[in-house]
Amino acid sequence: MLEIRSLHAKTGNNEILRGIDLRVNAGEVHAVMGPNGSGKSTLAHVLAGRADYEVTAGEVVYEGKDLLTMSPEDRAREGIFLGFQYPVEIPGVSTTYFLKAAFNAIRKHRGLEELDAVDFLALIKEKTKILEMDQSLLNRPINEGFSGGEKKRNEIFQMAVLEPKLAILDETDSGLDIDALKIVANGVNALRSPDRAMLVITHYQRLLNYIVPDYVHVLVDGRIVKSGGKALALELEAKGYDWIKAEAEMAQPTSAWTGKQSR
Amino acid sequence: MIHVAQELAGYLSDFERFEKNGATRAASWVHELRTAAIARFAELGFPTTRHEEWKYTAVGPIAKVPFTRVGDEGPGLLSGALERLSFGPSEGARLVFVNGHYSRELSSLGALPDGVRVGSLAAALTADRERIEPHLAGHARYQDHAFVALNTAFIEDGAFLYVPPGKVVGDPIHLLFISTARGTATASHPRNLIVAGNNSQVTIVETYVGTEKAVYFTNAVTEIVVGENAAIDHYTLQRESEEAFHVATLQVHQARSSTFASHSIALGGALVRNDVNVVLDGEGSECTLNGLYMVTGQQHVDNHTRIDHARPHCLSRQLYKGVLDGKARGVFDGKIVVHPAAPKTDARQTNKNLLLSGDALIDTKPQLEINNNDVKCTHGSTIGRLDEDAIFYLRSRGIGLEAARSLLTYAFASEIINGIKVEPLRAKLDNLVATRLQNGLSMEATP
Repeated sequence: MLEIRSLHAKTGNNEILRGIDLRVNAGEVHAVMGPNGSGKSTLAHVLAGRADYEVTAGEVVYEGKDLLTMSPEDRAREGIFLGFQYPVEIPGVSTTYFLKAAFNAIRKHRGLEELDAVDFLALIKEKTKILEMDQSLLNRPINEGFSGGEKKRNEIFQMAVLEPKLAILDETDSGLDIDALKIVANGVNALRSPDRAMLVITHYQRLLNYIVPDYVHVLVDGRIVKSGGKALALELEAKGYDWIKAEAEMAQPTSAWTGKQSR
Repeated sequence: MIHVAQELAGYLSDFERFEKNGATRAASWVHELRTAAIARFAELGFPTTRHEEWKYTAVGPIAKVPFTRVGDEGPGLLSGALERLSFGPSEGARLVFVNGHYSRELSSLGALPDGVRVGSLAAALTADRERIEPHLAGHARYQDHAFVALNTAFIEDGAFLYVPPGKVVGDPIHLLFISTARGTATASHPRNLIVAGNNSQVTIVETYVGTEKAVYFTNAVTEIVVGENAAIDHYTLQRESEEAFHVATLQVHQARSSTFASHSIALGGALVRNDVNVVLDGEGSECTLNGLYMVTGQQHVDNHTRIDHARPHCLSRQLYKGVLDGKARGVFDGKIVVHPAAPKTDARQTNKNLLLSGDALIDTKPQLEINNNDVKCTHGSTIGRLDEDAIFYLRSRGIGLEAARSLLTYAFASEIINGIKVEPLRAKLDNLVATRLQNGLSMEATP
């Protein structure tokens, strides 16, 4: 479904991704872990099409298409969803109105008939139950005055409504208490399916107790330095990131990669 | 008056024709008022940008065109066109003015509570003199303001509304001013007087609209006298032609414990100046002034507000929001004056602007003039662009760039639209704004 090859990206003069290689197949859940500043969020935003980052080398193929030439909205319409680490507050636009516009834009792109207000309302009411969300949130402006937990829940709720093929969840667990974490994880697990892939980006292993990944990748200094099964996450939790950083430096001298960078 | 500028000469001779022809029937007190006003206009002349109140708005384009008033030529349009133009609520009384003249054929007064008087000012000047004379030109000072003076000199018609004490008018009263100018440059000077007795309540909607894409000049003055404990809601919807000039003054006088709210929506016009002035002249009175201006192309819209807190325990709230695209220019100048005799004043003023293009421009000048220590006053203004994070958030959900931009702009404007309490007006305006945003703010493609 998704193939990332030697992806390099920078913001300003700051090289953040320094050669990411990753292959994600339908039905798989991949966890990407790493210390602060390793490039986790950058990877998520580059995949979603944020213009603040410049891709300097490499390619990303999504369902056989060149992802990097697509606009953010076209990526979404093709089935990519980014769950934001910091969801944006948008005063004056209700969650229902916004989601209906998004939902129908995606349907239109796929040649499907748009849903009218009545059918759409029925659909989203159903979805609020999965996330145990208060329905009054639907009429409130997007994320305005929401707590951190409500915002994250709203992200997963949007995912449940939009039913993406590839979900990229950027630190969806950060700032959640254990109850909220369980609800969010249940929401994510309910959406696991053989047709859908997920890239779960997290700083903490804790989330992976609830969303059990098929693969775990460790991102350090803009490169995936180690990949493994879910046991790798537990090892990281126990030993921290330092040992893996040291191991990475032994295995891959940075100079070999910096030579490739186009500045 | 040795050096009367050429620009003024046209108006002075227009005034002479006016006095000779249609206006001779007027009572002497009206005649005297007009004569005093035209003399004052000749002294004041058109303001220049050296005038502090006109610093950002040059009225040269208005002064240069030899506008002349139009006589009453009958309605000149079909009543079928009204629905498209009216835009206001369909219930309640609707008074229609064509080029400043009341049209009996096009108006419908409906049923009103006993004692409520509503109709043409021209007729009421003689029939209701005792209710008009104490107020007309008693609040909007022609002595100080050139455009008010010009309007006062040409006082002839407009709306007169009197609500007796204790009466509540349920449905809004709609005043629709239509300009049908084509070819010649015509001016109309609508003059409205609204007197609300103690404990009365009424909602008024003023709409200004043009039928032709033409250069014409509307110079309107509305005086509102709010009695004790009375509650008035006032709406102005300005949808003049994109080539028209529109100058309007809303002058409000409030008595003790009264409540007044103004919602001023400015969408049309090439050069627009709105003055909203409120004198809180009774203890415990409250006013709310809201405004929304949405302009593009070469449009220029200038909003001035002035609130005089003249008595203790009065409250005022102002929120003006502007959306400017193209090479449009906006001005907001809001002044709160707290008089020595007004302790416990509570005043708040906010002006927020959204610039959609690099060429749009806004000058915003919130001002406080406080002559009393025991007050609570805040004011502030912001100028911003659309939030890039919000745009990306919407796009990441599949909403296209243009749709995301118009959705966020709509959200910005909706705070004012949602404050409109007349539901049919709110719904229609909501629809109009949404449609305009989809068409890049232009008036052209709107219904």
